[in-house]
Amino acid sequence: MAKDTAPRWDRRMQQRLARGEAAALGELYDRFAALVHSQAHRMLDDEDAADLVTREVFAQVWENPEAYDPKQGSMRSWVARLTHRRSVQRLRSAAASSYAAEHGEGAVPDPEELERRVRSATAAARADYIVSSMPVPLREALELAYIHRRDYRQTAADLGVTEDEARRRLRLGLQLLSTANARPLEGAAPPGYGRVR
Amino acid sequence: MTGGGRESEGGEEEVRGARRIPGPRGAADDLDLASVPLPPLPPPGGSAPDEAVPEQSQPASASASGDAPESDAGEPEPDLGPGPAAEAWPEPGPCPEPEPGPEPEPADGHPHPAAPEPEPAAPAAEAWPEPGPGPEPADGTPEPPAPDPLVSSAPVVLPHQVLKALLGAWALSACSAEETAAVEDHLTGCAPCADEALRLRDAVGLLHTDGSLDLDPTLRTRVLDGCFGRRPARIPVPEWAAPYDAETARLDALLRDIGDSEWHAPVRLQWFEEERRVSRRTTVAGVIGHLMAVDGLLSAALGLDDPLDGGKAPLDPTERTETYWSATRRPPTRAVREPWRAQSHELIRTASFAGRNVAETSVSYGAFALPLQDAALDRAFECWVHGGDIADAVDYPYPAPSAAHLHRMIDLAARMLPAALAGRRSAGLAGPAKDLVAAGAPGRSLHLEIEGHGGGDWYIALDSPAAVGAPERAVAQVALDGVEFCRLVAGHISPVEAAAGQEGDREAIRDVLFAAASLSRL
Repeated sequence: MAKDTAPRWDRRMQQRLARGEAAALGELYDRFAALVHSQAHRMLDDEDAADLVTREVFAQVWENPEAYDPKQGSMRSWVARLTHRRSVQRLRSAAASSYAAEHGEGAVPDPEELERRVRSATAAARADYIVSSMPVPLREALELAYIHRRDYRQTAADLGVTEDEARRRLRLGLQLLSTANARPLEGAAPPGYGRVR
Repeated sequence: MTGGGRESEGGEEEVRGARRIPGPRGAADDLDLASVPLPPLPPPGGSAPDEAVPEQSQPASASASGDAPESDAGEPEPDLGPGPAAEAWPEPGPCPEPEPGPEPEPADGHPHPAAPEPEPAAPAAEAWPEPGPGPEPADGTPEPPAPDPLVSSAPVVLPHQVLKALLGAWALSACSAEETAAVEDHLTGCAPCADEALRLRDAVGLLHTDGSLDLDPTLRTRVLDGCFGRRPARIPVPEWAAPYDAETARLDALLRDIGDSEWHAPVRLQWFEEERRVSRRTTVAGVIGHLMAVDGLLSAALGLDDPLDGGKAPLDPTERTETYWSATRRPPTRAVREPWRAQSHELIRTASFAGRNVAETSVSYGAFALPLQDAALDRAFECWVHGGDIADAVDYPYPAPSAAHLHRMIDLAARMLPAALAGRRSAGLAGPAKDLVAAGAPGRSLHLEIEGHGGGDWYIALDSPAAVGAPERAVAQVALDGVEFCRLVAGHISPVEAAAGQEGDREAIRDVLFAAASLSRL
């Protein structure tokens, strides 16, 4: 399995996409569709919009696989960035059009309010991404404590680790997660997604 | 037929039961994560807990610590490696924000001069208060030495280190009442801990249990078609391989979502043999092994490695499966998913490059052979049927294939029926031929009317595979739902049970329904 996990998979996938291999696109979809769709859904809270973003993201990858630069990170993180960017665009345009529908043509929503929404949607989606990418032991501990309402002693017993270790995992997991709230640099610039290449 | 696979197959997404943090269904990569042996996490004391607790308003530093447990695994998975958070979108660089230099923690305002944060690692191991087999300090036994004036009024007196280590559990409301009180008391006097506590509580707010939506299985086709509309594939997946592509992807998505233990859920495989229903018990993982073993027939036909001991394995699907099952000493686990998926991907890829040239390549199943394009359809059918078996075993929904693909599966069965009838006739299991005609001429036929999803009309030549089924020579009619017909062909319902509208020659109807059931196998 190790053979296909790392950058090698990413690079090979990029070559195959560039070559126009339909089967490669299918494999790409199988690997990332759930990530893209759930991230878009978390940001937009709308099934159809998430479907649309999913289509746009895969179309973008398919049309221009060369845009992926393995030096900048994994293909997975690249796909996540594309998804974020598309979702933010959609969030903005949806907000603008629904505001205009409500307040008459030409009316523009409060930019600060819009930025706040973009930021909170971004943090939510980032949090999901972090949870999905964090080491399994940390994620398992968080799931036990948060979803199954196990205390840390029970969590330790469930995982077969010491109580120290359970506490450590819970804390570390939350620390990782808390970085989703860290105000990204891009937040300073008005078009929040601008920095994302 | 119409449809093109676009039917909405409603009612799929809402049923999955288990509530989870949605992250885990993120991507196929998660499989990789899950099946990598757990990395040896640093021993509790050894990792200097405070190292893992950078003052992190910085994504970079946090991910560095998240990274730590994984780095021992020798698995350079980049998604774990450089740290998920750092890799997340907004900061493309490996270290987007500079470290804020020295740890600010022990600095000003620290209320515990007596217990300075031993930041540079090593001493922290000793500072970690885990005295061997001793009980957790929190168990009501007051720690003997904790002369901290600031916490002395707390119900339980715990040292700063212990309280700090509890912050994660505290934020998740996962510690005892005494510990909670002790932590909260501590927070009033310890600014660094209070900061972290706030941050972790906010992080808990980002967790959620809903939103574990499953992907609409029809989305795959829509997304891929949309892509090909914008940029045509230079190397397309041949049309005849499309159902296999779709069904293996669908099953794979189901497998991705099930837990380790569900791989061992019992599955009863059923088919129809010697005029009765038989069954065999295996597990979810065993079913995937079965699919892989039989798919290997196609691999061999395409010149790829046979998963079963190249060349020497039997061709008969049942024997292949038994060979595979008995060769695996331990009960199969979810580890079987990876090779099964790799094999199906490789099949599709190879078929794409070979394209039309291999569509007619003969694939031997031992007792019979099919051209590759039909064999691929047969494997798509089996993949769906067994996907349904697995879904039943783990209580997930599993809708029928798209109408276009279902139609082709029905068509394959309809085309195989005349030969199956002839075989049964020579075994004395079907009535005699009544009207033999010249090869290629229209012969006595049964009108098979398949209703609904993937349906259509087929005319089955009754007396000889060489004759051609024809409407004007129909002597009987059977009307059946498409999925019901497939269940019959799969041996999941008996010919007697098949709820079919029937009209005309009773014997012909009976013979065709039994012949349909006889197409099933393990």
